[in-house]
Amino acid sequence: MKKTMYEKIWDSHLVVDAAGQAPLIYVDRHLMHEVTSPQAFEGLRLAGRKVRNPHSILATMDHCVPTKNRDLPIADPIAKKQIEVMAENCRENDLNLYDMKNSNNGVIHVVVPEHGFVHPGMVVVCGDSHTATHGAFGALAFGIGTSEVEHVMATQTLPQKKSKTMLVQVDGTLSKYSSAKDIALAIIGKIGTAGGTGYVIEYAGEAIRALSMEGRMTLCNMAIEAGARAGLVAPDKKTYDYLKGREFAPSGKNWDLALAYWKSLPSDEGAVFDAVIALNAADIAPQVSWGTSPEQVVGVDGAVPAPESFENESKRKACESALAYMGLTANTRITDIPIDLVFIGSCTNGRIEDFRIAAEVTKGTKVARGVKAIAVPGSYHVKHQAEDEGLDKIFIEAGWEWRDPGCSMCLAMNGDELTKGQRSASTSNRNFEGRQGKGGRTHLVSPAMAAAAAAAGHFVDIRTL
Amino acid sequence: MEPYKKHESIAALMNRSNVDTDQIIPKQFLKKVERSGFGAHLFHDWRFNDDGSDNPDFELNKPAFKGARILVAGDNFGCGSSREHAPWAIADYGFNTIISTSYADIFYNNCFKNGILAIKVDKNQLDKLMAEISANEGVRFVVDLENQQVTTPAGNGFSFEIDPFRKGNLLSGLDDIGLTLKHVDKIGEYEARHKQTFPWLWV
Repeated sequence: MKKTMYEKIWDSHLVVDAAGQAPLIYVDRHLMHEVTSPQAFEGLRLAGRKVRNPHSILATMDHCVPTKNRDLPIADPIAKKQIEVMAENCRENDLNLYDMKNSNNGVIHVVVPEHGFVHPGMVVVCGDSHTATHGAFGALAFGIGTSEVEHVMATQTLPQKKSKTMLVQVDGTLSKYSSAKDIALAIIGKIGTAGGTGYVIEYAGEAIRALSMEGRMTLCNMAIEAGARAGLVAPDKKTYDYLKGREFAPSGKNWDLALAYWKSLPSDEGAVFDAVIALNAADIAPQVSWGTSPEQVVGVDGAVPAPESFENESKRKACESALAYMGLTANTRITDIPIDLVFIGSCTNGRIEDFRIAAEVTKGTKVARGVKAIAVPGSYHVKHQAEDEGLDKIFIEAGWEWRDPGCSMCLAMNGDELTKGQRSASTSNRNFEGRQGKGGRTHLVSPAMAAAAAAAGHFVDIRTL
Repeated sequence: MEPYKKHESIAALMNRSNVDTDQIIPKQFLKKVERSGFGAHLFHDWRFNDDGSDNPDFELNKPAFKGARILVAGDNFGCGSSREHAPWAIADYGFNTIISTSYADIFYNNCFKNGILAIKVDKNQLDKLMAEISANEGVRFVVDLENQQVTTPAGNGFSFEIDPFRKGNLLSGLDDIGLTLKHVDKIGEYEARHKQTFPWLWV
């Protein structure tokens, strides 16, 4: 039988498939951060259970950590406690933790690939919805809740329902300033935030092959914003070249064994998907979200839609309430929307390539009057690499703040946040109400678009620069 | 986990779609290291004014919905973050049942780990339930998980589908981990094969 890549990974990880029970699948890698794990460790302790495979776990601290003045104690006592509890839990269970002071520290989904901890064909989980990122390597990677974190620690397995498969085929070539972020947003705009519910998406086609590993991570990262359980990209030479030589990548004889296995993973020619969606990359303009859901998105050359333009009643209502929250009027041109703050960073767009393109757009500009712009590298490795390339100087000379790594303004848990009514151009992944601070208004964009907005004080079509 | 029993309760109405987990429990409450006490912060940014007083315009603040155990909500409920704090907050507030057309995957799984029955209905059925609540706020529905039935005073009752495994766990209040550990030998056997097939993962 011809199989999709998802089916191959599923079949090779099935531990028990008994009648009357959800199938149990084996988990190869378990990623952790401080927010969704403490209650799982507590549960384990209370039940007198142990972590089954400590070597399968890699942990970091990212959500609550300050992105400046790291040498000072954390001001927020509750965040401080959460950080301390994480360190204690990892010590007690002998887990590999890149704590705040570790030179490997950063956002979990940026750090993990840097060390080659995820390989094609693995099953990877984390108490974090953006675990989907690692699908870029052809691994089945998905977010789980805290009860499931505990379950995986105790059993190395998870009861799972098999997902349906969706092929998202993106052919054609992206225009110079459109990016993986724009493909991700355009897909969500097309299928909606529930369009992928119940599915694992496989991204394929010429435009996906052309993406770098960083770009594929950005794309898969936002599979969850389309409602999908996970996103997948078939591994290829780019994947193997990226992994080779990294700390946790196989080496020597094991490399050859692994490579042979990885090459068997791509979906078989003629394998059948439950749903197929097609887009042409050439049609994808740089995207800007206008509302409070990632599906409320439009090309930068477009305008804020009017509620009447939606036939579906619930979408019309959602548009009305989004416009009210966002302080926008229907039919306003996107390029006429002024912004107060720019954030480049997050597990979506906090990698070296993101800072390179943003620096290219920023070079020789100044941050517009009244605008605050912050660049938050996804990890210390990204930060140091950017500094080696002189990118930090470009940002600083233009008036940007150059920070230490962390989730920062993506979810505003660490004190970096919008105040009520402030409007951001943000390279993060969610524009939900209050996501970046109560009353804050978020527009999701690519790094190049964010950098251009910082200089202009409003959105600009970077294709016209 | 408390076993889920048949009950008659007030059904509260939240006629909004795409209610996300950032709204259910805003991030400022995610720093706690305990599981309890999140109900006080459920829907915080909608529920309270800036001065901390109740926002009278927020649906769950309506006196008629006080004590509700059933939440009837719009499409794609619980989208966004994987935070289990969302169902912890919902359960701690007092809800044990949600009725909607659809849920985000992770949220849906999380509900069942916390004794919350998330029922899926079609759009037509949801519209009827919403209309019944709108016309008679404070109306009580009966939820019978054993027989997979919901009944309402105006006769908008229906039967619903549910995965038998999830149903069994809710009814018994069983611990998932304990259930999985019954297969601990199979897990061991799998791992032995795994080490043979994928030796590079065990270096």
